[in-house]
This record gives sequence, C-alpha cells and structure tokens, in this order.
Amino acid sequence: MDHLLNAAAPVAAVLQAMLYAAAAPLLVGWIRKVKARLQNRRGPSVLQPYRDLRKLLAKEVRVAHTASPLFRAAPYIVFAATWLAAATVPLLAVNLPTAALADIIVLVGLLALARFFLALAGMDVGTAFGGMGASREMLVSALAEPAMLMAVFTLAMTAHSTNLAGVIDFQLSNEFALRPSFMFALGGLVLVALAETGRIPVDNPATHLELTMIHEAMLLEYSGRHLALMEWAAQIKLLLYGTLIANVFFPWGIAQSFAAGALGMGIAAVAAKLLLLGAALAIGETVLAKMRLFRAPAFLNLALLLALLGLLSHVILEVGA
Amino acid sequence: MSLVSLPLLQQFLLVLAALVLFTSFVLLSQARLVSAIHAFAWQGGLVAAVTGVVAVAGSSGHLYFSALLTLVLKAALIPWMLHRLIRRLELERHVESLRWPAIVNMVAVILVIFSYWLVLPMVQQELAFTRNIVAISLAVVLIGLWMMVVRQQAVAQVLGFMSMENGLFLAAVSATAGMPLVVELGVAFDVLVAMVLFGVFFFQIRQSIDSLDVDRLNRLTETVDEEADLEFSAAPRRPHTVTARPAAVEEAE
Repeated sequence: MDHLLNAAAPVAAVLQAMLYAAAAPLLVGWIRKVKARLQNRRGPSVLQPYRDLRKLLAKEVRVAHTASPLFRAAPYIVFAATWLAAATVPLLAVNLPTAALADIIVLVGLLALARFFLALAGMDVGTAFGGMGASREMLVSALAEPAMLMAVFTLAMTAHSTNLAGVIDFQLSNEFALRPSFMFALGGLVLVALAETGRIPVDNPATHLELTMIHEAMLLEYSGRHLALMEWAAQIKLLLYGTLIANVFFPWGIAQSFAAGALGMGIAAVAAKLLLLGAALAIGETVLAKMRLFRAPAFLNLALLLALLGLLSHVILEVGA
Repeated sequence: MSLVSLPLLQQFLLVLAALVLFTSFVLLSQARLVSAIHAFAWQGGLVAAVTGVVAVAGSSGHLYFSALLTLVLKAALIPWMLHRLIRRLELERHVESLRWPAIVNMVAVILVIFSYWLVLPMVQQELAFTRNIVAISLAVVLIGLWMMVVRQQAVAQVLGFMSMENGLFLAAVSATAGMPLVVELGVAFDVLVAMVLFGVFFFQIRQSIDSLDVDRLNRLTETVDEEADLEFSAAPRRPHTVTARPAAVEEAE
C-alpha cells in the first residue's frame, strides 16, 4: 500500500499540473459565457478560448526589428513561472510531492518573477503603449503585493505555517470555527486577486481601448505563439487565484489520499467551487464599472486595510480567546 | 487554539465585533455624507446584534430590551433624522475627501493596536468570554474621536461622536453584560436629545458662516475675514493696481 502511495503521488502531482494548463481556458470561457448571458447575449462557446489558443499557436510569429532577445524569451519565462507557481497550489489533493515547494512566499515570488519579465517585455520594443502598460502594471502590483502578503501572514499565524498544504491541513483537521480574521483575509485576497488578474474594477480584459488597458498594453507587440503563451499564462494565473481562494478558505472536498475515488471527488469539488466563483466574478464584472486608474491605489488600500484588520482581529479576538 | 472550543454563538459574537470595527474604518474614510450615514446605521445595527447575541448567550433578560432600543434608535431613528437634516441643508451630494486617506487609516490602525495594548492586563484577568471585545470597543471610541479630529464637516463630526457612543455602549455590553436599564434609558434619551440639539446647531452655524466647514469658525471676526477676502481678490490684480495708483493719486490731486 505504501509502495502504491509513493508511486501514485508523483503521478497525481503531474496530473494536477497538467490539469491547471488544460482547465485554465475553460474557466475563462465559462466566465465569458456567464457574462454574455447576463448581458442578454448568447456569447461564444465555452470552448472558444481553446480555439483562440490553437489559432494563435499555428500562426507565424512577427517580431519588431527593434526587439532584443529578451522579447523572444519573455513569453516562455512568463509561462513557465506562472505554471510552476500554479503547480504549487493544491488543486485536487493535498500532500502532493509539490507540497514541499508550496510555500506562499515562494508563490508570491514566482508570480513577481513572471510580472517582472512581462513588464520588461512590454518596454523592450520601445513603443509608447508598452511602457505605459508596464508602468501601470508595476503601480498596481507594488500596491497589491503588501496586501497579499499581509493576508497570507494572517493565514500563516493561524495555521502556524506558511505552507499552503499546511494551511489546508490545519483547516481540515480542526473543527469548523468562525474566524473573523479569515473573513477579512478572504476579503483582502479577493480584492488583490481582482487587481492582479486584471479584472474589471482595475483593468478590463475585454478592451483594447488605449487609455484604459494595462495588461493588454504590454502584449500589443506580440503575435503568434508568443501571444498564445502570454494569454495562456494570464488564464492560468486567473485559475491559480481562483483555486487559492476556493481551496484555502473552503477546503472541504479536497482529496487527502490518492485513491481514484478521492481524486474524483476532489475534481468534482474544485470544479463546483470554481464554477461558483467564476459566476460570482462575472456578476461582479457586470454590476461594477471600471475605475479610473488613479482610483486603483484607493482600491488596493482597502485590500491592505482588510488584510491588516484580519491580522489585528486574529491577535485581539482569537489568540486571547 | 481555544477559539475552536468556544460555542458557535460566541464565535459569531467575535465576528460581529470585528465587523463593528470594520464599519468604524468605513465611516472614517467615507467621502460621501449619505454613505457615511449608511455606514453609521450599519454600525448601530451590528452593535444591536452584538447585544442581542450576548443576551442569548448569557441569558440576561434586560439585554433583549436594550438590543431592541439600540436597533430602533441607532440603526433607524438617528440615521433617518440625519438624512432629513442633510436633505434640508442640501448636503446630499456633499463630498469631502480626506487629504491623506492612507495616513488617516494607518493612524486608525495604530489606535487599534494601542487600545489592544491598553486592555491587555484586563484580558489576562479572564473576566468573561466577551472580554476580547473590550479592546475593539475602545478602538471604536478612539477612531470616533480621530474622525472628529480629521473631518472638517460638522455632520461628519457628529457621526464620529455618535460612533464613539456606539463604542462605549459596546464596551458596557461586553465588559459587564450591560448597564442597568435606568442608565441605558437615560443614555438613549441623551443621545436623542443631543441629535435634536445638533440639528439646531447645524442651522445656526450655517446661518452665521454660510457653510458647515468647522475650520472656518477660526476666522470669526468680520475684519479678519474681510482682510483675507481683500488679499484674495487683490493678489492676482496687484501689478495692475500698482500701475494704476499714480494715476488715481494724480486724479485726486
């Protein structure tokens, strides 16, 4: 049995990483579908993001003649870093071999690496939009990162571990408790996720209007498989944040062993959670309007404040209790 | 971790108390007056809910009554009166943004930490399960005070004052399972009367200085005000007046 477990664990880890890459376009397609339905449109098929990716992968790559080798390398680095970051977040099962790597601070670092190369690539060609997008992305991320770390520390203080698998294990092994600190950390993390994945109050993923775009502005010069990799990385990042929120705060249903039944249960549970989360995001994007860029610091200040309140309410209300 | 060992009702109480603190922050950084009044109403409702839960958990009868009183007074009547007031003062669209919102919020966070440090010896006495909330209520009081310091608008200052009262009430409920009913009725009546008096004051202030910006009360004497106005209007035209003066003098001669 032990031998079987040892053999099954790496398989499950690889399966999970593959699932991240495979399911990411599906989540985006689902969000677009729900959004279209809410706007009284039929909307494209849920599989449309896959078709877009296939089309882009087959197309010829055109590179500006001012581009440096970094411009060609950046899509691969961004995709690899994002995918690696995603592979550390438990999707189906905890206690995978990747759990040793699944430290939240490592996760933040990997995402920062991807963002760094994305911003460099945006500035590389020397067009006005690329530089503008890069500077905006850096503004948003410089404000979002402290809020994210603060929310993460709230979790870490409760679970006594900065390891994601450790936090989830802690949640599952203890009795259910209403924790004000988790509530605030959840609020802060949702706001950070909206800002980091470029969703509507901060950035509009569906627009190419030059004055408002952040993420799109950095990708304007990319084409072909480079563009496909960049977009795929953005989709994986969205799935990563969705899974982080769904599995860390509501871990029920995640597989704790590698039996086929438990893994199937894990897939069903995480799929249900992500469908709900995606629908909620679509509703939020339909209800809210995009903010002016200079309102973004106030938005992220709120995220930081929520995370700080989470930390404080942990210290004040939960430790002494 | 002993939070897990508490009954669910008491965990719920802690969540409610944390939300009261959050509404305090919302109130502090809210730019629009109408939204600030809504935040205040939410805070009143949450304080009433805390009182109600303490009543259920500690089974003390008169707390039900004071929960009801708080709900009617702080979540409905006073917000309604404030609404009517700002409608009559035509301040519905008034927006007053803080000058340094991040710094104001950080000071409020420091106030929370300070009140926690202040209450720490009391927490170690193990008085009752609500003792952790005392730090929160002290923080609500201090943040209300801080709001009165940083806001210039008289209605916003009154909101800060009222939220201080919310904090005191929360402290009374959490530290000693509520004050005697007579005291509570007296305080409730006081708050109501204060609200009416504030309304009268608003109209007085506006009649005398044409605005509810309390900072302008510093310049009460009319001569100072006129000088300031003269300086203001003269400043851009100064070169003009300098060249015009000799001509005026000549004319006078």
